Amino acid sequence: MNLSSTNIEGLGVRPAARRPAARSNAAVVRTRRLAPFAFISPTVALITVLTVVPIVMVVGYSFMDSAIVAPNPVFVGFANYLKVLSDPTFLLALGNTFVFISLSTILHLVIGLAFAMLLNTSLLSDVTKAIFRVVYILPWLFTIAVIAVVWRLIMDPYGVANYILTSVGILNQGVNWLATPGSAMGALTFINIWSGYPFFMISLLAALQGVPTVLHEAARVDGAGWWQRFRYVTLPHIRPVIISMAVLDLIWTSQQFALIWLTTGGGPLGATEMLSTYTYKQAFSSFEFATASASAVIVLLLTMILAFFYVRQQTVRD
Amino acid sequence: MSDVTVRHGRPNHWLKAAAFTGLVIGALYAGLPVLWMLATSFKGNGEVFAVPPKLITPGFSLDAYTAILTDPARLRFFMNSYIVAIAVTLLTLLTAMLSAYGFSRYEFPGKKLINIAIVSVQAVPPITLVIPYFGLMVALGLYNTYPGLILTHMVFTLPYAIIMMTAYFNTLPRELDEAVKVDGGNAWTALWRVLVPISVPGIVAVGVYTFMISWNEYLFALTLTRTDAMRTVPIGIQLLMGQHSYEWNQMMAMSILGSIPVLLLFLLFQRRFIGGLTSGAVKD
Repeated sequence: MNLSSTNIEGLGVRPAARRPAARSNAAVVRTRRLAPFAFISPTVALITVLTVVPIVMVVGYSFMDSAIVAPNPVFVGFANYLKVLSDPTFLLALGNTFVFISLSTILHLVIGLAFAMLLNTSLLSDVTKAIFRVVYILPWLFTIAVIAVVWRLIMDPYGVANYILTSVGILNQGVNWLATPGSAMGALTFINIWSGYPFFMISLLAALQGVPTVLHEAARVDGAGWWQRFRYVTLPHIRPVIISMAVLDLIWTSQQFALIWLTTGGGPLGATEMLSTYTYKQAFSSFEFATASASAVIVLLLTMILAFFYVRQQTVRD
Repeated sequence: MSDVTVRHGRPNHWLKAAAFTGLVIGALYAGLPVLWMLATSFKGNGEVFAVPPKLITPGFSLDAYTAILTDPARLRFFMNSYIVAIAVTLLTLLTAMLSAYGFSRYEFPGKKLINIAIVSVQAVPPITLVIPYFGLMVALGLYNTYPGLILTHMVFTLPYAIIMMTAYFNTLPRELDEAVKVDGGNAWTALWRVLVPISVPGIVAVGVYTFMISWNEYLFALTLTRTDAMRTVPIGIQLLMGQHSYEWNQMMAMSILGSIPVLLLFLLFQRRFIGGLTSGAVKD
């Protein structure tokens, strides 16, 4: 935003001299007042149809005994919420989601920052870094369905991962990583980390490039070591980006459905059941749309808490 | 570490080598799975799990690609994805440019509130929306149709497009609009004749991102379509997994083919894209 505002002021100086005198015609004033609404009306209409109406609908469904598939739903108050909140599978999904999003976000940050710093080093040429940057962004360019099949191939009991691990003697025999209760969550998180770190990396790289070199030079002259420069110059500068990205990532990861659905389907034995797969199964496998709606509203409320922090963080930065 | 470089005043080859090694290890982590996918797509299906694993096998061929590209049912998945993603991109750009102009050039009551609403929409969980969307699309007769998919994909693409386009328009001086008005034009002509033509880099970045989101969308495509004739590429890959559990080479070939549009767009517009993306996400 610093850049944007400088541009406006910088470029604005010259043409400002020939700004026309304001016309005080009443019709012009009225058009001027209504014009912005004309421009934003398609957006307002779409947002209303695509979010406001559906949210009202899903909240409505969640208080009925049945929804969508049954003709005459009856109001049942909080019965669906009580049912969902006392369902052991839902509580398991809640716990799993918490583990999954925390691990994913932390490791996205660690790997994203490490790669961003490697790509920002002054030790290597720009061409070298540009080539590596393309390779590093690769995982982000593949759709989740593709990522799911590729990793299923690699993590197959007879796949290349097991081949390597048994060849070097870490394992005695191949493991079915995604179908074993003890390893499914770890394997799934591993895949999710691979697929999601590039977005962190791109944003952090931009932030790192925004750290004034003058500050680094000054710290260096004062005798600050690598860690001190990172800790006291780089980190404070990129901290707002890290916080925003982390909150955004928690929100996005909590919404991950395709990857889970296409690798483990929430199994084995609920080991990777998440709020998204639980809600989906309630709706589209069991056709319990009312129960699913209650679960969906709980997911929405949990997300709103995270979103509140994100919006506040954005507002502070603006 | 690198302060040593300065103190001794000579380039430190050792550090350079360390940085390069770090980059290579990272590249292996990022790139090997992709390389494995590519290699597997050229194998005979019997060679996929051959021991020891090899990148290039004796059965190296384009058979898996031929199998996908000569199957009308699978080509249909690609056509559906193109129709939906292109329509989503055009409609998103049009709507976003209009609102971005409104947000960038006017002050009006409720502006801040609408802004917060648009930012918040990005956080609404798709799984919460998909249940009422299902009810809504069935009720409106849009279940299992292109318009149903196009409309619902816009819930993901529109907020981001508006935020990025507004930021872009904000960098363009208001005096450009004033100049158009002096010449007898109005806000509408200022937007289309002046702002849009000079915003092409920003529009391209937003367009590429929008296309990617729509091309990759899975949950709505899964729930809001029913027949194979309406399925998109991500669902097509999944269907391949169910029907031919052992045709790994074809699954990889379809994955590569399904990734090419996004890879191409990214490579072509990399600079603009990363620039646009970070200026939207990293407001610093």
